[in-house]
Amino acid sequence: MSSFWSAWIIVLTLGLLIALIVLLRWNMKNYTDVEEGELMDHEFDGIVEINNPLPKWWTYLFWACFAWGFIYLALYPGLGNFPGLLGWKSSNQDVQSLAESKAAMKKAKEEGLIVQYDREMRAAEAKYGPIFEKYASQSIDELLNNEKALEVGQRLFLQNCSQCHGSNAMGGQGFPNLTDDDWLYGGSYETIKTTLRNGRQGQMPAWGEQFSDQQITALANYVASLSGRERDADLVAQGKKLFTVCAACHGQDGKGNQNIGSANLTDSIWLYGGSISTIKETLKYGRHGVMPAWKDILGEDKIHVVAAYIYSLSHDK
Amino acid sequence: MSQTIPQQPIEYNMKVVRQFTVMTIIWGIVGMSLGVIIAAQLVWPELNFDTPWFTYSRLRPLHTNAVIFAFGTSALFATSYYVAQKTCKTRLFSDKLAAFTFWGWQAVIVGAIITLPMGITTTKEYAELEWPIDILIAIVWIAYVIVFFGTLAKRKTSHIYVANWFYGGFIVTIAALHIGNSLAVPVSFTKSYSIYAGAVDAMMQWWWGHNAVGFLLTAGFLGMMYYFVPKQAERPVYSYRLSVVHFWALISLYIWAGSHHLHYTALPDWTQSVGMVMSVILFVPSWGGMINGIMTLSGAWHKLRTDPILRFLIVSLSFYGMSTFEGPMMAIKSVNALSHYTDWTIGHVHSGALGWVAMITIGSMYYLVPRLFNQKAIHSIRLVNVHFWLHTIGVVFYIVSMWISGVMQGLMWRATNPDGTLTYSFVEGVQASYPFWTGRFIGGLFIVTGMFLMAYNCYKTIRAGQRETAAGNVVQTA
Repeated sequence: MSSFWSAWIIVLTLGLLIALIVLLRWNMKNYTDVEEGELMDHEFDGIVEINNPLPKWWTYLFWACFAWGFIYLALYPGLGNFPGLLGWKSSNQDVQSLAESKAAMKKAKEEGLIVQYDREMRAAEAKYGPIFEKYASQSIDELLNNEKALEVGQRLFLQNCSQCHGSNAMGGQGFPNLTDDDWLYGGSYETIKTTLRNGRQGQMPAWGEQFSDQQITALANYVASLSGRERDADLVAQGKKLFTVCAACHGQDGKGNQNIGSANLTDSIWLYGGSISTIKETLKYGRHGVMPAWKDILGEDKIHVVAAYIYSLSHDK
Repeated sequence: MSQTIPQQPIEYNMKVVRQFTVMTIIWGIVGMSLGVIIAAQLVWPELNFDTPWFTYSRLRPLHTNAVIFAFGTSALFATSYYVAQKTCKTRLFSDKLAAFTFWGWQAVIVGAIITLPMGITTTKEYAELEWPIDILIAIVWIAYVIVFFGTLAKRKTSHIYVANWFYGGFIVTIAALHIGNSLAVPVSFTKSYSIYAGAVDAMMQWWWGHNAVGFLLTAGFLGMMYYFVPKQAERPVYSYRLSVVHFWALISLYIWAGSHHLHYTALPDWTQSVGMVMSVILFVPSWGGMINGIMTLSGAWHKLRTDPILRFLIVSLSFYGMSTFEGPMMAIKSVNALSHYTDWTIGHVHSGALGWVAMITIGSMYYLVPRLFNQKAIHSIRLVNVHFWLHTIGVVFYIVSMWISGVMQGLMWRATNPDGTLTYSFVEGVQASYPFWTGRFIGGLFIVTGMFLMAYNCYKTIRAGQRETAAGNVVQTA
């Protein structure tokens, strides 16, 4: 903030408080030409006003609040660029990148500023870091036998993952069920961790431009037949021919490919729904599934614990 | 006495006051019923009937718009026009402009009722209406400024009564706030984008948002208080000098307070601190208004036992005192860290809205209706008493439910396990809130039932008055 705006804030803030003090002092004296306790010499539609003094206790309350206000503005940032005597800041607010944030944190340390966010994060890191370091040093196999670790994993899951995958981890339309051991990208310890770390972008292209409605219907019927459903033989035959385009990702047998996250179409698990109309919708408009990346939010140690919990959901001990 | 005494009775413009008074009661029922519906939706989500128009997200802004701008603001129009004429001993500045404010304002409300359920919204809280309606609001409001200040200018009294200071302060400031916050670039007839962005937009929004509370819902209703409390109590106002201090302190502090809605956000630290300091000091002038109102009852306390209208007015001041203690406390950052985003905020708002604003309005309406419609008294004072208890019980039920659920949510959200993970997931907080949401719904039912009694009572009064008028009788009122 420029020094002009800083001065502007200071003048207005202090100016108002001082003006209010003058107002209070002025009204503590009887400046009217009417005795205290007598009626003022004006009347409005039968309403008259008494010239009573301000209640004493109320004026004390006013002084106390003023005093507190000045003390607060002396201690904490408030008066423009003046940082306050305590050197407190809520966060490094003016940073625009991670590099700037780190530089601001270093500067704050050097200048002895108390940046609340940094301080709280450091304190949490110091207190809880070792707990997760200990879990991280154990293998997932070990964690799977550690009731306590799985409980911690569940809590992390409930706070960070349940918004999409549900409290019971059974997912919903567009959000995979994590309890069924059917994996789009693979269910090994390491792939689960990779998914958590970097997230995933699932792309099913839209085919509404390339195919006619009739062709889409045929394809949908063929896809439905892959999981053993009885469909119209003609449509299935026609759809099978068209499926060569789909095979590029889903494979000729329609079993999908975990390397690219394409769905297995031969089981009865449907991420977006398995009715003919929903399959048609998927074919026509495509789908775009997003799993966010958690490495910056949870960090490696916590991802390790969450991965163990997720694995445990589809595997009995 | 220095007033000039008019030779013949003044021909007041009571038509526009009557119109706004009737609409206040009607919009009160509409707005509060909407509140009960959305309270029920939180407990039984099926009540949106799987339609977009009845979803909580669309009805909630309709509820807030209906109670603040339809019910509350109609009451302010009615009483400010009445009080200004009576205390200035003169007719309204312009009948035509006054009629325009009535029809213009009703058009705004109808616009809100149509557009909000359709999902047409700016998404700015308490300023959801899109730009064509915003422009109409600005025009109507400027007409209101002209009518009100024109009336003060042609007053037949030497001084301007304190009620009119508060009305005047609220009218001018709302004009500035509404126009400032609603500046937007239209992209179509039903969509516009705010000219502000990011933290500046948030600050502008809460500069408006908190002062919709501070000026419209507080200063305006203090104007109402300063006329109807001494009138109904038939006592002099307690302290002239107290009204001077608390008026100037209140309006000059409120305008700073909006940033306390943005504690612990991207808003600069200095803005948060200044807003918090002003909010805390604001506690004292707020109580100045409560003291001046309640102490006006000195020597007439016994009237509370027999007069439920006075009880409405005085209990409203108690709620005013309570919520203006609570507000500054919640503006303190460390308290706000617990209370923000929880039901506590909702409880606080409603102790102000249902306790203070609605009760002072209801009391004033019971005072006004017989006087406006040629009757000596309200049809049934017993029904007013029943209404008083229904309303009071309803409000207490409502705010206690929200206090408990609010504090509980705040504590659940911050509870941590020894490993640093949160003890409760968000949905557990939602689950734990259900009993209290049901409690709020029941409180709301009490309040709306009371409003229907009021409508019946006023309808009977108005009909009886019309019969007297038809028979050519003029009933004298005090």
